Amino acid sequence: MPITLKNILGTRDLAREDISTILDTANAFKEISTRPIKKVPTLRGRTVINLFFEPSTRTRTSFEIAGKRLSADVINITGSSSSTVKGENLIDTARNLEAMNPDIIVIRHACAGAAELISHFTKSSIINAGDGAHEHPTQSLLDLLTIQEHKGSLEGLRVVIVGDIAHSRVVRSNIFAMKTMGMDVRLVGPPTMIPFEIERLGVEVSHNLAEAIRDADVIMMLRIQTERQNRFLLPSLREYSNLFCLTSEKLERAPEDILIIHPGPVNRGVEIALDVMQDKRSLILDQVTNGVAIRMALMYLLLGGSDNGLN
Amino acid sequence: MVLIKNGRVIDPANGIDEQRDLLIEKGKIKAVEPTGKIKCEAKTIDAGGHIVAPGFIDMHVHFREPGFEYKETIESGCRSAAAGGFTTVAIMPNTNPVNDTRSVTELILAQAKACGTVRVHPIGAISQGLAGERLSEMSDLKDAGAIAFSDDGRPVMNSELMRRAFEYSRMFGLPLIQHSEVLDLTEGGCMNEGAVATELGLKGMPVEAEDIMVYRDIALLKKTGGRLHVAHISSGNAVELVRQAKAQGLPVTCEVAPHHFTLTDEAVRGYDSNTKMSPPLRTQNDIERIKEGLEDDTIDIIATDHAPHDVVDKQVEYQHACFGIVGLETALPLTLRLVQENRLTLPRAIEKITSTPASIFNLDAGTLSVGKFADVVIFNPKEEYTVDVSRLHSRSKNSPFDGWKVKGKVTHTLVGGKVIYSAAKN
Repeated sequence: MPITLKNILGTRDLAREDISTILDTANAFKEISTRPIKKVPTLRGRTVINLFFEPSTRTRTSFEIAGKRLSADVINITGSSSSTVKGENLIDTARNLEAMNPDIIVIRHACAGAAELISHFTKSSIINAGDGAHEHPTQSLLDLLTIQEHKGSLEGLRVVIVGDIAHSRVVRSNIFAMKTMGMDVRLVGPPTMIPFEIERLGVEVSHNLAEAIRDADVIMMLRIQTERQNRFLLPSLREYSNLFCLTSEKLERAPEDILIIHPGPVNRGVEIALDVMQDKRSLILDQVTNGVAIRMALMYLLLGGSDNGLN
Repeated sequence: MVLIKNGRVIDPANGIDEQRDLLIEKGKIKAVEPTGKIKCEAKTIDAGGHIVAPGFIDMHVHFREPGFEYKETIESGCRSAAAGGFTTVAIMPNTNPVNDTRSVTELILAQAKACGTVRVHPIGAISQGLAGERLSEMSDLKDAGAIAFSDDGRPVMNSELMRRAFEYSRMFGLPLIQHSEVLDLTEGGCMNEGAVATELGLKGMPVEAEDIMVYRDIALLKKTGGRLHVAHISSGNAVELVRQAKAQGLPVTCEVAPHHFTLTDEAVRGYDSNTKMSPPLRTQNDIERIKEGLEDDTIDIIATDHAPHDVVDKQVEYQHACFGIVGLETALPLTLRLVQENRLTLPRAIEKITSTPASIFNLDAGTLSVGKFADVVIFNPKEEYTVDVSRLHSRSKNSPFDGWKVKGKVTHTLVGGKVIYSAAKN
């Protein structure tokens, strides 16, 4: 079944069927990345522009590899090399890129709403690769794919998300997508990092990590973004770690088959202990692998693909 | 002589609401008499059965001159005012240079006089350069024509300065207009703090930032005397604080902008920067409490906070966009919604944009009494039309109401008996 969306601005816009289609297509695409010749001609002659205004290694590389494995021409523009440093307006940048007729523009930007803003001025499909503290839909989709692979189905699973909820776009995308897929979401962090009225999105809030994970199926640890912190939120990273770092000790009371995921990059020892990162239940690298498949699936589906893409 | 006939005259200050003809001579009201009673040779304006009221007064506009003429000039602002039915406006001092000295006040008045249309009253700065450090020369500003003092756009954060400003301004009897916002709580914020901001990932501006400053100013005023006018109230809690202060007999007045009783923070979905203003759009609960405040006169007046911004300041990422929207040309239809919802009668709605602002700011305007300046608006409260920002007279088009179907259109605006706007010619 094809998806009807022109853009992927956020998971809030995705229906359950859309998410299932994306996950199924990504599953089918995974195999391509294991071949000796990791390339199919599906998007030959198509152009994908990666427009990244914030530093990113994993996400930008993942989009680039995804496009290339589908034979699209992929162009990378990063914040420092783009004309925004010369003071060009974001909309003008988007219009200029549009004038070169790309098929997809992937954008990452520090401002919430940036992807939606440029979507009003372009005919190309826009994929949001992270806009401020708003959404990061491809991250959420790869999280779902990873969870589904290990748990079989998503319905009814209880996910605990831990860390700086207020400043995280990964959290918002996951709340929308997980609620849509029938999952339970519980947020854990200090009250200073839990945004006002987040309960209205249908989630639970807790401030005690060990308690919160006792009946969980999945724990998602978020990176503490020290570079963005308002100085009043935390007394110190040390105290944060004492309370919210996922350690073997805190994991003891959690179910045996709990899955541990993290969107990366990890601050080792701050939000997750080194031995936990290396625990067999930790799927951090599976997530990265699945990220390529998800992005291949989205590019393929946005450009009109309607089946699993391999026929 | 000009005769306005065939209209329903509503003049709240004189308790008039009936079919009357209105005769103007030498720029002043000569007679207001039952239909057909006035018989004389005069140029006639047929009001077509519509409302004839005192010209509207807006105590809160930003005309951007001097300094930001690409957004609005005094001339373009006055044209926008006239098209909205306003015959008197008070201009906030956050220009460049700031209106904190006699020479800037005089420049504004000279530019306004050159336009020769709407009556313009400058508001002087409370602090020099709006910097919140030293009092401006209030005596000199008043002599030059300032009718109130405000650091609008920036709140007076320093409580000691605010206390002294209340005390000092007592010598002149002019009110201080406060933009009530504790900046510590709103730093980096761009919309109301709440479920919508949380969902959109935008930094919120908590309602308490407004409440705390309104409370602080009332507390200071109690001790110092002077007069406080709370600008663009947006918080239901702040309305309650003003209500309590009034009950204690304190000299506190306040205003609300039409967008704050029309839109909630839900409008920010989609990141249209024309929904970004300060104070921000709040919640349905705040709107309800604002309407109650309008009903019981806790909220004395309606003022637009007309804040023109060019596309270069607005067509950018939401968090980088300037705060504010234009309001002069949508104020009437939005205010009339309160009448359609039976929250205010038509005379009471008109009162809040005519005689009440005139009395708070001691302006010789806002009524159709015989002998007063013939500042008159004629409007059809039933005419429906679609707001089209490209047709606004303001130099800026930053309105969230583009495309709205609204009711209530100005047909004529007169200042001193002279027609300065006529819908037929526009």
